[in-house]
Amino acid sequence: MAPNWFRFSSPATFYPLAGAMIPWFGWAAAILAAIGLYVGLVVAPTDFQQGDAYRIIFIHVPAAWMSMFLYVVMAFWSALALGFNTRLSAMMAQAIAPTGALMTFVALWTGAFWGRPTWGTYWAWDARMTSELILLFLYLGIIALRHAIDDPRRADRACGVLALTGVVNIPIIYFSVQWWNSLHQGSSVSLTRSPSMAAIMLTGMLIMSLAAWFYAIAAALARVRTIMIERERGAVWIGELAELRQR
Amino acid sequence: MSAFFAMNGYGFYVWTAYGVAALALVAELVALRARRRAVIEEARALASESGNERETQR
Amino acid sequence: MTAAVTALASPPVASSAALPALRWALARDLKLALRSRGELGVQLLFYVIVVSLFPLATTPERNLLSTMGPGVLWVAALLASLLSLPRLFAGDFADGTLEQIALSPYPLAALVSGKVLAHWLTTGLPVAALAPLLGLQYAMDAESLTVLTAALLLGTPILSLLGAIGAALTLGLRSSGSLLALLILPLYVPVLIFGAGAVDAARAGLGVSANFSLLGAGLIAAMVGAPFAAAAAVRIALD
Repeated sequence: MAPNWFRFSSPATFYPLAGAMIPWFGWAAAILAAIGLYVGLVVAPTDFQQGDAYRIIFIHVPAAWMSMFLYVVMAFWSALALGFNTRLSAMMAQAIAPTGALMTFVALWTGAFWGRPTWGTYWAWDARMTSELILLFLYLGIIALRHAIDDPRRADRACGVLALTGVVNIPIIYFSVQWWNSLHQGSSVSLTRSPSMAAIMLTGMLIMSLAAWFYAIAAALARVRTIMIERERGAVWIGELAELRQR
Repeated sequence: MSAFFAMNGYGFYVWTAYGVAALALVAELVALRARRRAVIEEARALASESGNERETQR
Repeated sequence: MTAAVTALASPPVASSAALPALRWALARDLKLALRSRGELGVQLLFYVIVVSLFPLATTPERNLLSTMGPGVLWVAALLASLLSLPRLFAGDFADGTLEQIALSPYPLAALVSGKVLAHWLTTGLPVAALAPLLGLQYAMDAESLTVLTAALLLGTPILSLLGAIGAALTLGLRSSGSLLALLILPLYVPVLIFGAGAVDAARAGLGVSANFSLLGAGLIAAMVGAPFAAAAAVRIALD
């Protein structure tokens, strides 16, 4: 099995593989999202406490989960890149960051619009929202560092070190904010959902989460293909790509 | 149908949230396509340049 | 200057020569810092001025000020740290000394640790020392001031250690100052929360041991990890 894996660690061989994978993940995401949205917006009953406003969770929770999951995946690719000095691993990390940042933004925005009708405020400094905001800053920092460094290999390594430093800090940030928030227990805003959730609501959330995951994979693969062309400009295999010959 | 859009009074919040999420999705896809197009144009230009150079060197 | 660096490069050393390396870097950076005392003074003055701005912008009402005080002093400490971080590596990077230092047989992490210690002694320590005085502007009582100062003493070294990673990552880049802030401030947040929270905890009668233990643990973790991360970042910048 091991030789097979490393065969695809060359950009030239991974490029067509990624290209073949994108439509599968893209269509799977679209179909799952259609089903999930139908379940979330039509099938699932109105919540007793929160009314129909709770339906935002079908976007909010998948986005939040993906925002954190993508950061860990990005850190994983960064670790591989630093450890094995492979270009493709670094390119994968580079490809994931913008999608991760977008998921974080969506999580924050949908969270704010869920909070307003249900708990009376767009923003509260509770553990989850504050940690998510800092996660957005971490993503933006990595993207900014990438843009600031001209040499792509230096950028790979610097962003790798930054991503790994950040991933160590994410649980710390979460616990520090949770701990800080627990001191201010007088706050009337509490963003913990009621623990018992109707099965259909959970199903809808899981379907949407799967859709978000497949979407993220498709987006990252699409982005990494563009990054490959950007960075491997002189290579022979680039010149022979079909896309370049078409007029 | 209008009940669906009204969402029992929460329509503004629900649809703004879903709307911004949809916008973000579209923005990402558009940006991806634009970046890819720009990069391929540039690669094509570079390839034809070096192709011409090789021609004139003969 | 060059003589000192070549002296560093020539003697054969075992890799367990961390302590001499640390001492050398500490002594050198302290000497350099003391030569530009004006710059240090300016940075400290920045801290004082920022702290004075908040009551002017908000309210002179004593209760509100004393609630705000720890937070303001902590945020100002963060900003002062950010302002002074570029000089950790930038000067040496510009004249090629950093490359010599990295090429020496001494462990780079130890050399970096010496630099960071010098940075803290010239930035973090004065900030913590000024806190009791500035805290009086915020109508803070003696107990709050004691807790605040102790928290700053524990926390500012962490700021220097984490900041060194950011300073090394952004070496030689355009707008490195703002980029450094963007990269490092999210990492500073736990220090801010536990540090400023210590005073709140003391006032609420909850005791400061939890905050101080967490700050202490953070300090130890940073002392162990940050020099290596910063050394790696320096090598990345030098390649």
